[in-house]
Amino acid sequence: MDVPHHGYRATKQRARAAPPTGDSVLFEDTSSPASGVNNQGFYTPGYNVGGPSNDMQGGVGVNNLFTDPMANAAMMYGSSLANQGKDMVNKEISRFMSVNKLKYFFAVDTRYVLKKLMILMFPYTHQDWEVRYHRDSPLTPRQDVNAPDLYIPTMAFITYILLAGMALGIQKRFSPEVLGICASTALVWIIIEVLVLLLSLYLLTVHSDLSTFDLIAYSGYKYVGMIFTVLCGLLFGSDGYFVALAWSSCALMFFIVRSLKMKILPSLSSDSMGMGSSAKPQLRLYITVATAVFQPIIIYWLTSHLVR
Amino acid sequence: MKNDFSVKLAGEWTKVLEDSEGTIMAFTLYSLIQAAILCINAVAVLHEERFLSKIGWGVDQSVGGFGDEPGIKVQLMNLIRSVRTVMRVPLIGVNTVCIVLLLLFG
Repeated sequence: MDVPHHGYRATKQRARAAPPTGDSVLFEDTSSPASGVNNQGFYTPGYNVGGPSNDMQGGVGVNNLFTDPMANAAMMYGSSLANQGKDMVNKEISRFMSVNKLKYFFAVDTRYVLKKLMILMFPYTHQDWEVRYHRDSPLTPRQDVNAPDLYIPTMAFITYILLAGMALGIQKRFSPEVLGICASTALVWIIIEVLVLLLSLYLLTVHSDLSTFDLIAYSGYKYVGMIFTVLCGLLFGSDGYFVALAWSSCALMFFIVRSLKMKILPSLSSDSMGMGSSAKPQLRLYITVATAVFQPIIIYWLTSHLVR
Repeated sequence: MKNDFSVKLAGEWTKVLEDSEGTIMAFTLYSLIQAAILCINAVAVLHEERFLSKIGWGVDQSVGGFGDEPGIKVQLMNLIRSVRTVMRVPLIGVNTVCIVLLLLFG
């Protein structure tokens, strides 16, 4: 993201802009003479490197490191080992989850994040809830505001933990273990919810294209409501907490029902089979409504102790 | 050692929750893993011919509906059977590790 987003990454963007210039100049100087005369004696590239890097911010210590042939050989061996290790790790990870699928969920931009947050807090005016496709593959969140993403849930989760620590600190009940307890409790509830959803979708043979990451994304959207509730509770006291809880619960329930309705419930127009099993649409409706009703309960459970 | 730590953690959470509701639900990832192991153990001990067939949940009674809507009961029976087939051997190892750890560290 090249445009710093308002709350979360403003400081990180500025900090990240400074280092790369020095490193890249240093690496370009050392690699080009060393690659050509690699098999010959090691002293020539050492002296070539010693010259230009002297008037950079290298310093005398870096000079000695590059003129020493053993250090040069050790560095190249180490970098090849690191590359091998990196390839092995990538291969192992890609056996469990496809990194490309994960990249799809993080392809967001500022406009998408702002619109999505507004939809999460006020979904009543949003008209079109269909996830658009492009030749059988869903569009990335950058191009389609209805697509689920994992950026907002991750950031909201971290913000919720920090906010919980701050709320407890205001009430003088803070200790460092509480942050860990809060984080693992919230994480465990998400895991339980995703597992129960997966189990119920499997049992009712709902052939939807909801993958595990989609479910994690839809479960993680409740953290935005939680942050809003806790903030209002801190600013406006107990009454503000309950008003914000009611507001974000209704908004989140509406959002979840409208989003999952498209995916789980069968669309009536294409139901050409007409199986007549009237139990199925009813059970699917129960799943959607149960998911929606579970959200306010969890929001209340995880935030009520913070605002007392 | 582990017991004191988890008791201390639960104590911290109790202090946090003491002026709100009385119940404590301090989940850690370790308790989730314990619950998962217990549930899978429970599914793994259901015997095919002694128990499941008696209550009509055996796999020989599942070949009923040909269609694309198997039904909840058939799905559940398939799930139980597949969990038992897949997890039988790894459960031996996981249970042994758990028993050894509990014996050593309480």
